[in-house]
Amino acid sequence: MAFKALRRGARAVVNAVLDPVAELGRSGLKALAGLGRAHLLFLHILAGSAEVLWRPRLLLAQVFNVGVLSVLIVAVSGLFVGMVLALQGFYVLSQFGAEESLGVMVAASLVRELGPVVTALLVAGRAGSALTAEIGLMKATEQLAGLEMMAVDPVRRILTPRFYGGLISMPLLVALFSAVGVLGGYFVGVGLLGVDDGAFWSQMQSKVDFREDVVNGVIKGLVFGVVVTWIALFQGYDATPTSAGVSRATTRAVVHAALAVLALDFVLTALMFGN
Amino acid sequence: MAKQRSIEVLVGAFMAAALVALFFLAMKVSNLGTSPTADGYRVTARFANAGSLKVRAPVSMAGVRVGRVEEIRFDKKTYEAVVTMRIENGVDTIPDDTFANIFTAGLLGEQYVGLEPGGSEDFVRDGDELTQTQSALILEQMIGQFLFSKAEEGGK
Repeated sequence: MAFKALRRGARAVVNAVLDPVAELGRSGLKALAGLGRAHLLFLHILAGSAEVLWRPRLLLAQVFNVGVLSVLIVAVSGLFVGMVLALQGFYVLSQFGAEESLGVMVAASLVRELGPVVTALLVAGRAGSALTAEIGLMKATEQLAGLEMMAVDPVRRILTPRFYGGLISMPLLVALFSAVGVLGGYFVGVGLLGVDDGAFWSQMQSKVDFREDVVNGVIKGLVFGVVVTWIALFQGYDATPTSAGVSRATTRAVVHAALAVLALDFVLTALMFGN
Repeated sequence: MAKQRSIEVLVGAFMAAALVALFFLAMKVSNLGTSPTADGYRVTARFANAGSLKVRAPVSMAGVRVGRVEEIRFDKKTYEAVVTMRIENGVDTIPDDTFANIFTAGLLGEQYVGLEPGGSEDFVRDGDELTQTQSALILEQMIGQFLFSKAEEGGK
């Protein structure tokens, strides 16, 4: 009897030690399974690419949803980011008597980093969350299942146009953001702080390279567009079909997209500008 | 269909605005509008020391930019820096005995190639080499020489 009790006790101790390990393993496997589902969905979305050419109207509506509706927030943010950059940059540069370089500083930081990154964060918040909520709700109200019943592939019909809408809109929004930001920097630098007009532009032109800086910035925008819309679509498609599930998925979409953009930006910057 | 049409118009306007922004970034913000990348002719010069001269640094004459540095190469036979410059096509009256210097803009500014015209009647053409050059001034060397001469003065 005593022997049996001892064995039971020993097993309880071993289980107490192993439980957290099992928990860790379970969450790791869950994360990996999620990653796998995300990649399968990505391939499924890409497989429907032809659908977009067949029905350009679907794509047009999504460019409208992601791109046109984000123009205002992107342009206003770009204006203020450019203005703040000029104010702060002037403060530091004037200590070295290098106010003329203000244009270079504003343009280079906007075109290379702030343009793509801030635009991606804004699009993740403004359009990405909307995409997740829309898809998640479609799933919760069984509209996706309904499409499937009619032998229409919901991924190709619903997700693919949204993906390409984001993919097309992001680089365009990045270009808008950077251009408006440079203008904002110009208003503050030249209009308010008295930097020389000619020096502002000519220094900028001599230091900012089109292929190296502008094109790389737009490429960053393209990559971020893929990542942000992909994460948003996956979270919506993978959401638990309840109100709470959709709400959680929306939060996750924004958080994951923001983290992915910031981490990817480091990698892209290292690849593009790190020699 | 009215709604569809307004969506089409707005998407078109959005794309047009973005393309205008890109054009602005290309022409006004970056160097695409000003750089004479494709046209112009090449002139080389050999320097004993190119200092911290960079590719795309300006080549100027009398303080006016007439071209850009296109390539900086090391010649392993003569141990010299071979600087290839692209001069704008409009500037085609550079004498072939022109003196090429590497100057520094300001005390800490970037380095550029300054051309001082000679008196020759013949002009350089594409692929020619400027033989008269002066290397970049290295600040540490100058300070070293200055200290050395001061020490010599003190010894007398």
